Amino acid sequence: MAVRPEPIARPAPAAPRVLSRRSVLEREGAFSWLMLAPGVLFLLAFVAYPFFYGIWLSLQDRPVARAGVFVGLANFITLAHDAVFWQVTRNTFVYTAATTVLKLLGGLAMALVINQSFRGRGLVRAFLLLPFIVPTILSVVAWMWIFDPTFSVINWVLVHTGMISSGFSWLGNKSLSMVSIIIVNTWRGIPFYGITILAGLQTISPDLYEAAAIDGATIRQRFLHVTLPIIKPILIIVTMFSVIFTFSDFQIVYALTHGGPANATQVFVTYAFDLGMSGGQLGMGAAAALAMLPALAVVIVALTLYIRRDT
Amino acid sequence: MIEGRGILTRTLRLYLPLAVCLVAMLFPFYWMLITSIKPNSELYSARIMPLVVYHPTLKHYVDLLTQTNFLTWTYNTMLVAVVTTTVSLVLGTMIAYPLARMNFPGAAVVAIGVAATYLVPQPLLFIPMADIINKLELGNTLSAVMLTYPTLLIPFCAWLLMGYFKSVPRELEEAARIDGASRFQAMWRVVLPLTTPGLLSAGIFAFTLAQNEFLYALIFLSKSEVRTVPVGAITELIRGDVFYWGQLMAAALLGSIPVAIIYSFFVDYYVAGLTAGSVKS
Repeated sequence: MAVRPEPIARPAPAAPRVLSRRSVLEREGAFSWLMLAPGVLFLLAFVAYPFFYGIWLSLQDRPVARAGVFVGLANFITLAHDAVFWQVTRNTFVYTAATTVLKLLGGLAMALVINQSFRGRGLVRAFLLLPFIVPTILSVVAWMWIFDPTFSVINWVLVHTGMISSGFSWLGNKSLSMVSIIIVNTWRGIPFYGITILAGLQTISPDLYEAAAIDGATIRQRFLHVTLPIIKPILIIVTMFSVIFTFSDFQIVYALTHGGPANATQVFVTYAFDLGMSGGQLGMGAAAALAMLPALAVVIVALTLYIRRDT
Repeated sequence: MIEGRGILTRTLRLYLPLAVCLVAMLFPFYWMLITSIKPNSELYSARIMPLVVYHPTLKHYVDLLTQTNFLTWTYNTMLVAVVTTTVSLVLGTMIAYPLARMNFPGAAVVAIGVAATYLVPQPLLFIPMADIINKLELGNTLSAVMLTYPTLLIPFCAWLLMGYFKSVPRELEEAARIDGASRFQAMWRVVLPLTTPGLLSAGIFAFTLAQNEFLYALIFLSKSEVRTVPVGAITELIRGDVFYWGQLMAAALLGSIPVAIIYSFFVDYYVAGLTAGSVKS
């Protein structure tokens, strides 16, 4: 390590004690740890501690108002014997898989459309991102009305164009309620994919396309052999992020269906909420929330490794 | 002939898909707007064409502002968002700066820890957190959410800012140090001014996230006077089976406006923050 030149000595009005404090602060290690301390302590107290406390809770029979009793893995065993828990697992995977595919394809299509040059592109991009920035619960309120059993505008259009004779019960029917939450999650997520992928597309030099065109590549070949390889890292990162946050989604499901009808749309987090908060069984709730950790951990570790690979 | 074909291709490739995108993405907001200005007679009629308004009225807005605590909820939401964004930006900077620019023992561990806290989703923590907040006797106070929101925002700010801090050439800082600047002065006067776009991106993004937060607010705030807009709207404008649709839509629209305004001023910074993690150029 290079020896740093001493700061030029100035007539020091400060007392020697202050000078020495300053020289300690000039050391990289001391300066770094002093800067880090408040944030790191905060995260230890309010992220790391609750995380491990959650594991401890999951091993207890712990009603809200009473002290807990250690029960070992009993909560997890109860969950494993509960048909609802397996339905929740299935629902969460279906929800995540379906929305991820739709968001990826929709976002890619959106990015390719906006990547063409046209007037007002900046404005269009700004408007298209709106679903993603507006607070989720507030936009879901609009969707609740769109899916209303009596006054659904989708039903109105379908009935009046003669496609169906009577309206669907979007949130009351078991399969349709799953379709409904998938629609809303996809609607909110497509702009995230679209705008991020667009940023990737804009890093591609037009020269590459020209070279490919001169070599006689068709549009399809140019997409498969020029565009796709370049934006692949972005697609992977965006998808992994989105999988993490969709898998642990709460807001859309809670507001639209509360997990119903008959648990048809119950996912891990709404289920943990029902057990732990509404039901007051903190131990069971913590266990249900932790049950999503194995699947999540795979994606989180993969994403951390993938990000670190290119830095 | 050729002109005509050009327009046709452009319509098929650009205008038509663009229109589909815009309608699909923006229709719910249009629906929010027109529902909020429909009188109840139009709102609850299955026979009237629902896509337009015949007799617009501001009644739902007046009711929302005079009969509910909406203004208090708005004040709470803004207060919490501003406080938590500021705190998170400061602490996030203090974490990101040494990690991006210093060599010191333990740096790698802290960096992985920050990445992990960023990626571990909040739903893993909300049940133990509810118990902790309960024990601290902070239930039904804004302190409860002011204390918990930064757990989501600090890792995000730190993670985003690290990239910006790394992009400033080391020579600039060293030159300042040779001129007698302390480490802190080199950061404050040289590096931070150069990373203002990053600070803006992180701040706007954190503000949006704070406005969007719902789970902690739902759990911790059960008294009307301390609620935020999302929780207030969903718990008090829906009573049992009765939905006050007009007021709900008015609340949704008004509640979205602060975010939308800030977003419209800083849209480029927002997009930069959104893509900073995934696009490395």
